[in-house]
Amino acid sequence: MTLALATSLAERAGRVAAVAATHADDVDAAARFPREAVDAMIAERLLSIQIPPELGGEGASLSEIAEVCSLIGQNCAAAAMVFAMHHIKLSSLVSHGTDSEWHRAFMRRIVAEQLLLASATTEGGIGGNLRNSICAIEVAGGRCRLVKDATVISYGAHADAILITSRSHADAASTDQVMTVFTRDQYTLEHTQGWNTLGMRGTCSDGYLFTGEAPAEQILPKPFAEIAAQSMLATSHLLWSAVWYGIAVDAVARAQAFVRAAARKTPGTPPPGALRLAEAVNLLQLVKASTIAGLREYETAKADAERLSSMGFAVAMNNVKIAASETILSIVNQAMLICGILGYKNGTPYSLGRHLRDAHSAQLMISNDRILANTSNLLLVHRQDTSLTG
Amino acid sequence: MENDDMKQKIRDILARHGGLPMPVGELADDGDLYAAGLSSFASVQVMLAVEEAFDVEFPDSLLNRKSFQSIAAITRTVESLVGSAEAAE
Repeated sequence: MTLALATSLAERAGRVAAVAATHADDVDAAARFPREAVDAMIAERLLSIQIPPELGGEGASLSEIAEVCSLIGQNCAAAAMVFAMHHIKLSSLVSHGTDSEWHRAFMRRIVAEQLLLASATTEGGIGGNLRNSICAIEVAGGRCRLVKDATVISYGAHADAILITSRSHADAASTDQVMTVFTRDQYTLEHTQGWNTLGMRGTCSDGYLFTGEAPAEQILPKPFAEIAAQSMLATSHLLWSAVWYGIAVDAVARAQAFVRAAARKTPGTPPPGALRLAEAVNLLQLVKASTIAGLREYETAKADAERLSSMGFAVAMNNVKIAASETILSIVNQAMLICGILGYKNGTPYSLGRHLRDAHSAQLMISNDRILANTSNLLLVHRQDTSLTG
Repeated sequence: MENDDMKQKIRDILARHGGLPMPVGELADDGDLYAAGLSSFASVQVMLAVEEAFDVEFPDSLLNRKSFQSIAAITRTVESLVGSAEAAE
């Protein structure tokens, strides 16, 4: 992407962020889909920026998409997470669907119609491990059929298409999975679970019984194991971290405004929260540095399937997620201590309740315990890279 | 070591540590182990056991899905390490 286009991307994202900010408190209070922000994304054509130019998109890099996630996340974390999750799904199509005629045509449709993609990887009974499926897709006569007890489909009721995992056939092992695109006219969703949560309330991650039927060519032509390793896990950890960074940035901005206001009232005397602010800014820089390093590593590894599937890369991406999800909680907590009762109360310029509640989701969306267990297993054979800059 | 001995040893390791839903005897040498149900956790346990059995250490460049995709691929991976160790002696 050229510099001129990149500038305009920030401007477009800024306009979406302004809309998201206006409705963020209502989205949170009512636990409703951030319709206005997503409509603004559609108006700014942000849902197709990742698609390569030869299919009508803008070929935006993951770093550029992460920047948009952070900008929106500074105003409404739920809207930013919807944007992130859409682009995580899109990364699987862009990385693994460009050799398939149906998926190429579908990407052109996403550009033309600004379709919103959702994900259905969670299933009742798999214990949170998305690399396992119980349900199996049935393929017969060129058609595929799938029924899945999807306990979480974020914004499922508002999506135009769902990318859904299953076992590849009735006799397949639980880890032998495929991912299939179903468009809205090809499935029904029977509501099974609500989404009344502490934070991230606007993602509307309700549970549904999914029943779909579509032409079999809509099954992505690569095993889901490869899709997960080479696009989904890395883009999830990186774009989520970008959203979480956005939450932390705004918390620190509010804390800084609080400290500055106090400083102006008592020139010559450092305000009580000043040191805590310095500490919070230090932590914020750590999250930023870690996320940027992860994005650079991904951009470098992107062209190299071996590198993307390597243990070193998996360890690095796991660490980005762990660092961002744990550190933003400390940052928002510091900001709350700085702003005091005005941070604790809702409806003040320094309110941090929504930030704190949204930030608490970060350690749970793919449990950090699961990620650390995965890393610790890899470290039994993987040797760390001891170079500083390599 | 003869190639067939090595393959048998690798099959024994897979039977013990692979956690596969079917008997290892039913797997072809070039059958995809991940499609057969080898999890990422079990693949690490298999790597450790292979390192111990053949007294080798996998460099990071070989610690990927491809090296452990099938019994034949594991055999090639181990052969390349045993071969280079013998050449160095």
